[in-house]
Amino acid sequence: MNYLILSAILFTIGAVGVLVRRNAIVVFMCVELMLNATNLAFVSFSHQHGNLDGQIIAFFVMVVAAAEVVVGLAIIMAIFRSRRSSSVDDANLLKY
Amino acid sequence: MKAEGIQAASWLLIALPLAGAAILLLGGRRTDKWGHLLGAAMPLGSFAVGLAAFFQMLGYSGNARIRHLHIYDYFVVGNFKVDMGLLIDPLSISFVLLITGVGSLIHIYSIGYMAHDPDRRRFFAYLNLFVAAMLLLVLADNYLGLYIGWEGVGLASYLLIGFWQYKPTAAVAAKKAFVVNRVGDFGLSVAILLMFATFGTVQFAGVYGGIGHASQGTVTAIGLLLLLGACGKSAQLPLQSWLLDAMEGPTPVSALIHAATMVTAGVYLIVRSNPIFNLSPDARLAVTVVGAATLLAGAIIGCAKDDIKKALAGSTMSQIGYMMLAAGLGKVGYVFAIAHLIAHGFFKAGMFLGAGSVMHAMKEDVNMRKYGALRTVMYITFGTFFLGYLAIIGFPGLSGFFTKDGIIETAFNKGGTSGAVLGTCAVLGAGITAFYMSRLMFMTFFGEKRWDDDVHPHESPLVMTIPLMLLAIGSVFAGGFLVLGGFADFLAPVVGAQEHKFHWVSVPGTVTLLLMFAGVALAWMQYGARPVPREAPRGSFLTVFARRDLYGDALNESLLMRPGQWATRLAVYFDTKGVDGLVNGLAAGVGGSSGRLRRVQTGFVRSYALSMFLGAALVVGALFLVRI
Amino acid sequence: MFPWLSVLIALPAVGAFGVTLLPKGADELAKRFALAVSTLVAVLTVVMAFQFKTGGARFQFTESYWWIKAFGVHWAVGADGVALVLILLSVILVPLVVLASWNDAERSGGASENPPKRSVKIYFALILALEAMMIGVFASTDVFMFYVFFEAMLIPVYFIIGSYGGPQRSYAAVKFLLYSLAGGLLMLVAVIWLYPLSARPVAAGGLGHPSFLFSELTHLQIEPTTAKWLFMGFFIAFAIKAPLVPFHTWLPDAAGQAPAGAAVLIVGVLDKVGTYGMLRFCLELFPGAARWATPLVLTLSVIGIVYGAILAIGQVDLKRLIAYTSISHFGFITLGIFAMTSQAQAGATLYMVNHGFSTGALFIVAGFMISRRGSARIDAYGGVQKVAPLLAGTFLIAGLSGLSLPGLSSFVSEFLVLVGTFSRYRVPAVIATVGMILAAIYILWMYQRTMNGPTAPAVSAMKDLSRREVVAVVPIIAIIVALGFFPKPILDVINPSVKQTLSRVHQVDPKPTVADQLIKTGARP
Repeated sequence: MNYLILSAILFTIGAVGVLVRRNAIVVFMCVELMLNATNLAFVSFSHQHGNLDGQIIAFFVMVVAAAEVVVGLAIIMAIFRSRRSSSVDDANLLKY
Repeated sequence: MKAEGIQAASWLLIALPLAGAAILLLGGRRTDKWGHLLGAAMPLGSFAVGLAAFFQMLGYSGNARIRHLHIYDYFVVGNFKVDMGLLIDPLSISFVLLITGVGSLIHIYSIGYMAHDPDRRRFFAYLNLFVAAMLLLVLADNYLGLYIGWEGVGLASYLLIGFWQYKPTAAVAAKKAFVVNRVGDFGLSVAILLMFATFGTVQFAGVYGGIGHASQGTVTAIGLLLLLGACGKSAQLPLQSWLLDAMEGPTPVSALIHAATMVTAGVYLIVRSNPIFNLSPDARLAVTVVGAATLLAGAIIGCAKDDIKKALAGSTMSQIGYMMLAAGLGKVGYVFAIAHLIAHGFFKAGMFLGAGSVMHAMKEDVNMRKYGALRTVMYITFGTFFLGYLAIIGFPGLSGFFTKDGIIETAFNKGGTSGAVLGTCAVLGAGITAFYMSRLMFMTFFGEKRWDDDVHPHESPLVMTIPLMLLAIGSVFAGGFLVLGGFADFLAPVVGAQEHKFHWVSVPGTVTLLLMFAGVALAWMQYGARPVPREAPRGSFLTVFARRDLYGDALNESLLMRPGQWATRLAVYFDTKGVDGLVNGLAAGVGGSSGRLRRVQTGFVRSYALSMFLGAALVVGALFLVRI
Repeated sequence: MFPWLSVLIALPAVGAFGVTLLPKGADELAKRFALAVSTLVAVLTVVMAFQFKTGGARFQFTESYWWIKAFGVHWAVGADGVALVLILLSVILVPLVVLASWNDAERSGGASENPPKRSVKIYFALILALEAMMIGVFASTDVFMFYVFFEAMLIPVYFIIGSYGGPQRSYAAVKFLLYSLAGGLLMLVAVIWLYPLSARPVAAGGLGHPSFLFSELTHLQIEPTTAKWLFMGFFIAFAIKAPLVPFHTWLPDAAGQAPAGAAVLIVGVLDKVGTYGMLRFCLELFPGAARWATPLVLTLSVIGIVYGAILAIGQVDLKRLIAYTSISHFGFITLGIFAMTSQAQAGATLYMVNHGFSTGALFIVAGFMISRRGSARIDAYGGVQKVAPLLAGTFLIAGLSGLSLPGLSSFVSEFLVLVGTFSRYRVPAVIATVGMILAAIYILWMYQRTMNGPTAPAVSAMKDLSRREVVAVVPIIAIIVALGFFPKPILDVINPSVKQTLSRVHQVDPKPTVADQLIKTGARP
């Protein structure tokens, strides 16, 4: 139960981080934090219910997160190279 | 009965001029050299066929004179079958002879009259087209065929009035003639619709066979609708306005179409439909009222016109008014209507052609105030015109005397108030006719020379004067020949037999004669004894009234044209702003709201993230709510 | 048996594909190829038409193959009298349009400031593609297949207007597309609705298996309320296509902006799909609902006749004027269809054909004038008859057919519509007859303003028709005159189909009010 509460707290921290921080790297790290918070929730649910489904999904999440890091960091690098900034607010071309 | 012998070939009557028109129109400039000869030969050929058919008919007696020739099935749809067939009977053969006879003379005249026109070939093509359509009109054995001919002559009239289409007045007059005629055609079409709905057929035989079983209301409705059609084609009130403008066409056209034949088609329609009118006194009364009103209106207009052709056109209106009046009087009236029609065909065509000859001499000037004393240079034209003049005013012994007096007498014989009123109108009309025709005569051929300086009048060539002479002979003798020669018995198979005796001397006839002399005398005092000013004086109120065609055009313009134009403009405005505006408004509304909606796409990643979280929260919250 | 109709559909489709494969810049070759293909199609169709047996089965040249078995969709084609004459109309018009618009794709409707957006060969490929779809839409006897062709036709027309049209071409093209799509989607709903209805067991009024075959759908038992909804779905689509007032505003824009040749096909053939659909599907699939909607449709038709005519009088643009006259004429056609008498419906069907030819001729000749003068405004002309008598003559004959002059083709059909309508509905017929007077005004006034009077300086050098243009327009004139005097052969083809339709809607012609033996013997000796 405590693990779940910890997971909820970590998720909330991550969410708030995504919303308030401007630096793309930090936002990215906060997204990772949220992913890992859900991983924690999966594992603790798996433990509680006594089956392995949660743990398997946690592995999947980790694989997806790793892939995401690769793509995401590459995008951030590309944006930084072209705009000399890593602020997410500066990359606002995709609008009306 | 089936047509036999030469009558079985009476389709040639229509086919010859139609072929002429087709060859001349399709052949184009290649036929320029001999086109007018071909054009003149075709109606002559028709005339020969018509004469042969006529003599063959004289060999039959009684109802055997009505012959029928089937040509082809026009169409069959459901229970509606239209056979295109020709009806060769005394009525139609009379018209055939008039149309092809007078028509041929006018064709020949036109060879000379149009000699210098670069488009003479086209002119003859249209004239041939007209003759074909007119013959179809009078020969058809059903109302649909009649209607095809009816519109065909309308088309020919349109093309010929607008023959000199580069003159805007001619183009406008042509369009006006067609449109006003269409108003009349509206009546004729609805009449045909009503006939089909009532009798299930539009063949003459079927309609007249069943007319006795139809209700009085239906019969009167058909009669009145036919009258509307007749008013359009015959330029009767209230659809008279086009005829005066139609004088924009070349003069042979005015003679053939707008005097001798086409404008009398309305009279033909009513006489042909005599079984319908016989059964409806109300419709007959309407016909007589229209006829009487028009004969006076036309005569009054004729009194004030300085344009020789327009004066004659007013006269035509008036004379057709006489025919209508006669046709509305029933039985005996039909005979006089047709007799007057034929006599009128001769003298009016002769006078129109005479007017053309005068215009030719006067460099196409139509203003009679610039004529005068032409009898001294144009003997033949003057002589033939004078005979036509005597015929139209009803000088004893000439055509008009027999036919017009017959109409006047028949009107009085009708009895009752209506008979007296109609008869009085007819007598008055005769007096006015004498006045305006004398005026025309004196202004053109008598008095002193009022010519323009560069005008040197001369007699027209023989190709033009020979038709004039032949028509003058017709003007003198046609009326007497018909009225005394048993025309009533000839027409009896069509309009029914009737007792009739022509009175050489009668009370109305004497009054008419006196009025006629009074009219001539009055005209002599005004235009013969006194010099005619070259500029038209302003004139009294009545003169202006007549000069402006009794304000017919002004009335049409203020009552129909202006409101029509406003309605058109309103409709266009309504369509672009209203109907289309609604559609475009809808499109603009969708476009505008989506324009506002797209503002939500700010481009800030964090606001997208926020909406994502809020959305997720909403979903989770909703799940909880449903769970509870 | 030879698969006539499938071949006729495939031939122009293959031809269209073939034109696109031609090398770039081979414009002259593309034109000749398109002309050859469309002429071949026309000849084949005429050969086919001669094998049509007027007394035989209703649908002839039928073929039916599975197309999408799971939905019960067939590739089913067949032609009855109505479809046959409309197919004939389409295939005869297309080669003439190709010939008439020989240079149109190079000059873009005469306005030099609007160069075409696409190449010449694409224009002719689109025309051929359109022809394939036009034949398909008239020939299909499967409702789903009909729908597919009905919607697919929009694509070539959209590109023709949008790429080769006048100054406001994109507005007109989008308007055309959106209008037609809106109607088409309503129809799609109705078509999909037919699927569950037909899939119901026989006992419940269905067919027991899903089907879109016309011949099977006529046996459906549909509850009145459902039938009304379905009827409206089809009807609005067709009313937009036809177009019936108040759904008409796309037509003047589309026809006014399209190149003249394409305008011929839009007004002459494409719009007939709407009236054809009403006659075939609205009436026969939902006879009860059709009778229910009759008063509304008659009212709209009569309004359309008079309103369209009045609007035509007020136009200042040649092509828009002709488009508005068509709205008036479509009023006559729908009036005839919904009057539900054999004369009115046969007249309406004949009117579809005749209107295609007479308006087609008007558009073609107007196109010749516009390409010479570079303006479609009526006041840009004047006195053309003097310099180009042949052009004026053909224009006059086409116009006179438009005002239903007896002896020209439109008269017979208009008269039949009026007669048929009058025998059941007196007042609408009489009001419609007023349209006749207005027709004289709009045609002759237009003719007077463009052709008569003193020759305007701007047209004084105008050339008369060239040989190619004469060949393009004379066949239509010949057909107009021939059908005016001899309408019987074509009416004999139409009559049996109309009889079937009327028996489907349970309507018999009203008897003449004075119907006794005397007249019958007197009238038909």
